[in-house]
Amino acid sequence: MQNIDEKAVLKRLMTYVVLIALALVILAPFFIGIWTSFLPTMSIAKGDLFNTNLSLDNYIAALTKTPILRYLANSLVISTITMIAQLIFCSMSAYAFVFLKFKYRKLFFALFLVTMMLPFEAQIIPNFQTIKSLGLLDNYAALIVPFLTSAFGTFMLRQSFKQTPKELKEAADIEGLNHFQFYSRIVLPYNKISLITLGAYSFLGAWNQYLWPMLTTFSNNSRIIQNGLKQLQSEETFNDWGMIQASAAIIVIPTIIVLFIGQHYFKSGMNEGAVK
Amino acid sequence: MPTILKNVSKEYAQGKKVLDNVSAEIKTGEFFVIVGPSGCGKSTLLRMIAGLTEISDGTIKIEDRVVNDLPPKDRNLTMVFQSYALFPFLSVWDNVAFGLKARQNDAAKIKERVDNALKMVNLEEFSDRKPRELSGGQRQRVALARAVASDAKICLMDEPLSNLDAQLRIKMHQEIYALQRKLGLTLIYVTHDQVEAMTMADHIMVLNDSKIQQVGTPTEIYNHPANEFVASFFGVPPINLMNAKKVSENIALVNKDFEVELAQTIEEENFRIGIRPNQLQVNKADELHANATIKAVEFLGDEKIVHTEMNHGGVISVIVASEAVFDPFESIEITCDDSSKALLFDLDGNNITETQGVAYNA
Repeated sequence: MQNIDEKAVLKRLMTYVVLIALALVILAPFFIGIWTSFLPTMSIAKGDLFNTNLSLDNYIAALTKTPILRYLANSLVISTITMIAQLIFCSMSAYAFVFLKFKYRKLFFALFLVTMMLPFEAQIIPNFQTIKSLGLLDNYAALIVPFLTSAFGTFMLRQSFKQTPKELKEAADIEGLNHFQFYSRIVLPYNKISLITLGAYSFLGAWNQYLWPMLTTFSNNSRIIQNGLKQLQSEETFNDWGMIQASAAIIVIPTIIVLFIGQHYFKSGMNEGAVK
Repeated sequence: MPTILKNVSKEYAQGKKVLDNVSAEIKTGEFFVIVGPSGCGKSTLLRMIAGLTEISDGTIKIEDRVVNDLPPKDRNLTMVFQSYALFPFLSVWDNVAFGLKARQNDAAKIKERVDNALKMVNLEEFSDRKPRELSGGQRQRVALARAVASDAKICLMDEPLSNLDAQLRIKMHQEIYALQRKLGLTLIYVTHDQVEAMTMADHIMVLNDSKIQQVGTPTEIYNHPANEFVASFFGVPPINLMNAKKVSENIALVNKDFEVELAQTIEEENFRIGIRPNQLQVNKADELHANATIKAVEFLGDEKIVHTEMNHGGVISVIVASEAVFDPFESIEITCDDSSKALLFDLDGNNITETQGVAYNA
């Protein structure tokens, strides 16, 4: 008995040692980043990381001396609109693929999937030409219009909608709901979790864009935060690393908030009790 | 204004009929049960009445209107599903109110109807709960309340109790029956359980092999089954069906094992006879007189079922008093002293019993 207990304890101990070591490797860069954002730039330049001369000066400088707030606002507007548009359009097309019967439904869906196989980088030149001839360069629209819908979102919601019990559709038919009522009153609430997942995914996707906004925006009026961060580095003759680090810390905050809200809803069992 | 099914057929693939030429009349306000083994097409028939499945042939008339091409909502009926089909994101109250809201009734009327319906199924104190916080029986009652709250006069139920345990099922039988009587609903109820059909129905439709076997009241169906299938489908344990041979005018030799004196003259040389387990007698007998051996004895409390193997092959069940002592492998003699309720079938399984003035539908 004693022997087995010791073995189990040892095994558990080893597990935790490995977990802690891995956690340190993964989390260390974040902690170093946040730590340095409180240090004066002089100390960072000298490599004096264990300084205790901490202050919020870098944050105040980032917020007052640079257009970071403008960048944040740009990002927020673009990400929010992209998220809402994708939720609306993807859920509608997914509904059509699941609940409407039309000719060549499978073929159309296969075409949808094909666009998923094509990397975005391969579409950049035609997209750029289109946006340019529409006169949308350096405008919010340039960052929103190409992302109003996504094949991935449609695919993901279609899979989720297919899980909706067919009895709910039949019950709705008997109550006389039309397609739009069934979509808005039953399908959307039933698939709330998938919608929240897609919402978080598309928001973060828009928030973290870099290549496309770099090509299509040139002024602070439309530049989004990721490109703005890069801008801070080259605009200054002397790189104020402490301030840049503070800016980076600031722009991570919305990402964390979105993940946090999302996490709250990713609970299983929310649809229990519908059938059987 | 009854619901009339006329020559209704359903064909999924060419030549594969799920329902063949089904005709029946369901009177307003009656409890009509469609019963049959699984795969006989009973759920398909119900879904065709509801309008969820298209009809291949024939007509369905509800209240003097041919509804073949009407969408479900215009047929003015409600449906209770086997799996309940509750909306998990809505409270009990909102689940019941859902259909009324969809049909745009005014708020005061909705509130009154929903509150009444919940009261009727004893779920008032649960009105704020979500379906996942309810037990199976309570969920079933929410589904019932939804049907009750609707102003539709026809209610369809597709095996609504098959997910419940036996005791709860008996309780729900009574509740459904009481509700149906109280509200004067026309209830069309699908089940594979012959006990449910017998206990609740005004009329029963027996389906098998995509065809109607018989339509009638529970008494008619039990006492005057149209054929062997119907006879064997109703009654626990099932009726004993055996081959019989004419001996004289009204005496038949059953299974070459025992003779039965019948109340009618026998026309056919060879035929089939059906005798219910409670109409047979078992007596211990020596090897010489024995015509069967006991295989197993089931104790049911107030009676026992003796399963026996006849000397000339075939298995027969007999109900005996619970005090009677019988053991497996005992030799016994089976007799039928009162054959007035014995049923006669021709070799194709059709009932040929003379009915002494009692009419039944074939």
